[in-house]
Amino acid sequence: MTAAQPLPTLEITALEKRFGETQVLRSIDLKVQNGELVFVIGPSGSGKSTMLRCCNRLEEPTSGAIHVSGKPMLGIPRKELDRMRLQVGMVFQGFFLYPHLTALKNVTLAQRKALKRPRAEAEARALEMLDKVGLKHKADAMPSELSGGQQQRVAIARALALDPKVMLFDEPTSALDPELVGSVLKVMRDLREGGMTMIVVSHEMQFAREAADRVVFMDGGVIVEEGPPEEIFGNPKSDRLKAFLSRVSGEAA
Amino acid sequence: MDFLDAFLNPEIIARYLPALIRAVWVTLWISVLVVISGLALGALLAGLRAYQKRWLSWPIVLFADLMRALPPLVLMLVLFFGLPSVGIILADWFVLYLILTLVLAAFVEEIFWATMTSLPRGQWEAGAATGLSFLQVLLHVIFPQALRMNIPPLVNRSLTISKMTAYGSVIGVKEIVSVAGSAQAFSGSATPLTMAALAYLIIFYPAMLLSRYIENRFHYEH
Amino acid sequence: MDTIIDAFFNIDIMRQATPLLLKGAWVTLQLCAVVILLGLCGGLALALLASSRSALLRLPAFVFIDIFRAIPPLILLILIYAGLPFVGVRVPPFVAVCIAFLLNNSAYFAEIFRSGIKAIPRGQMEAARATGLSPSQAQAWVILPQAIRNVLPDLLSNVVEIVKLTSIASVVSLSELLYSANMARAVTYNSSPLVMAAGLYLLLLWPLVRVISRFQRGLSISH
Ligand SMILES: Nc1ncnc2c1ncn2[C@@H]1O[C@H](COP(=O)(O)OP(=O)(O)OP(=O)(O)O)[C@@H](O)[C@H]1O
Ligand SMILES: [Mg+2]
Repeated sequence: MTAAQPLPTLEITALEKRFGETQVLRSIDLKVQNGELVFVIGPSGSGKSTMLRCCNRLEEPTSGAIHVSGKPMLGIPRKELDRMRLQVGMVFQGFFLYPHLTALKNVTLAQRKALKRPRAEAEARALEMLDKVGLKHKADAMPSELSGGQQQRVAIARALALDPKVMLFDEPTSALDPELVGSVLKVMRDLREGGMTMIVVSHEMQFAREAADRVVFMDGGVIVEEGPPEEIFGNPKSDRLKAFLSRVSGEAA
Repeated sequence: MDFLDAFLNPEIIARYLPALIRAVWVTLWISVLVVISGLALGALLAGLRAYQKRWLSWPIVLFADLMRALPPLVLMLVLFFGLPSVGIILADWFVLYLILTLVLAAFVEEIFWATMTSLPRGQWEAGAATGLSFLQVLLHVIFPQALRMNIPPLVNRSLTISKMTAYGSVIGVKEIVSVAGSAQAFSGSATPLTMAALAYLIIFYPAMLLSRYIENRFHYEH
Repeated sequence: MDTIIDAFFNIDIMRQATPLLLKGAWVTLQLCAVVILLGLCGGLALALLASSRSALLRLPAFVFIDIFRAIPPLILLILIYAGLPFVGVRVPPFVAVCIAFLLNNSAYFAEIFRSGIKAIPRGQMEAARATGLSPSQAQAWVILPQAIRNVLPDLLSNVVEIVKLTSIASVVSLSELLYSANMARAVTYNSSPLVMAAGLYLLLLWPLVRVISRFQRGLSISH
């Protein structure tokens, strides 16, 4: 125990999730410190998405606790939850931009309705964020006029504009054509350099090697192994991780 | 000619035109009221149903089923003849307005609900994840999409139900059919009936073309 | 409470009215069978014309469809029933209803069939032609069956609308369900027969309305 350990930005404690009879998460513990990028890998169905979705309660945890900067996400009134969700940005595999709104309006909606920012301020902030993801010139485009990579970057801007404490990425590049993946990863890399706290579920192992502070391997609803990328990829300890890595690299080859 | 004399007698047209024009106004304003309140009530019901509280959904579904399964004319007669015997007297036009509004609301609720449940789950979740309350997601994310996707069926249903203002004639609302009917009885000529049909054509034929245009537009946009 | 039951759910009066209402319901059923069949045939013919490549066929079909969707069936019915005698043509109520419904329902059914045909990809027609079918054979054996399957829910909705619409036949004194119920109301000074008629309509249409809602059911809503 270090004497003055800083408060984790996101803290998951003894998290359990059951869907009816099936136990999807069993006693997950994870601390993410400020500015850290935690990369989550694991086979399909291991519970990665469920864990992320529990973090802002898109999924209701069966038991356990989630804290964001020391404040609880669970057991709080609905109004408080909406406020807490502002602090946890989420990026989905399927983007889910609002198809009836322009890129700019996608980014201003929650700023105005949830944060109650005045219009001018929200728009200025939105343009700033769109610029950050390289899409300022597409502010007035409808989502249907954007490529998948562009849509995902707008979705990232939409989350960022709310000044979240932590950003959750659930396979942000899995639905993209290979040539569009790079643009999204670049934005994520920039974010990391800017000091954003992030949890990323992804199959982009190269990105994990370069950018992750820590890699977490999940299987069967538990965290089997975690450590710095060199350790996890270079010197895996558990058989399950070894098997997973050889399968993944086999697919890549 | 016999036929023209019976169906398009100029003298009779001139005599009854003013009365018919007044009737057209009655038909129009009742239609407009029905469409506005029917759309609003239907959207409200769909919104309430989205909360998925059993005690709310149940009556809404029951209401929508009944209003879609019962002939509006039957509903109107039940209200018009039945209510006075329990001491409630409603104006004839109000009975017409009320029933058509409820019927339109039932259809609108179903149209909205079908879309709301078929939008990708991610639309709801993206809203929630950005801190929007359930009501805000409903109002700013879901409803605008439901509205846009359903403009053709909403327009068509609104037009169909607007034409049902003709049922007002059965309970004495002074709208087009009822005015034309009494004019026919007085004048002993079929001309007022033709005028009524023409009046509807003038009102609704452009509306049909408009709905066709809207349908094509929204068809190709996808 | 008692006055409400007495005014709307008077069992004695309902019992008295039952034979009359059942007779009316039978007429309604017969009427439905005839007008739905007529409407389907007329609608299919119109839809084929409206989907034709020749503007000479298409245009009149569209005009017909739009005119008869614009005019309320009630005024159409009255015009036929009360207007035709002025030129010496007298038609019985049943026939008048059939003519009015044929004009109106054909237009509505035509729109449904037409949208179904329009939604079938062009490639289907080309593939059928490529296998040696003539245009009309391709239409009959390839396009129409797919189109009809796609618009089945809309056809069913329209059938429900038509059944409800038959209640306007009461206006020309055709003794169908609503007319019989309204007669009974006038004789008994009590609205219970109307409520009973509503019950009979429900018996027939509620299952169909449920089926239509089923067709439209999607995923669930997330909170
Ligand atoms: N709403 C649900 N109801 C029932 N079971 C669910 C539900 N959501 C997820 N599951 C189950 O939970 C398990 C974990 O799912 P999850 O989506 O978290 O896995 P994942 O690690 O993200 O997988 P993938 O890599 O395929 O995205 C799976 O077995 C899945 O079938
Ligand atoms: Mg997943």
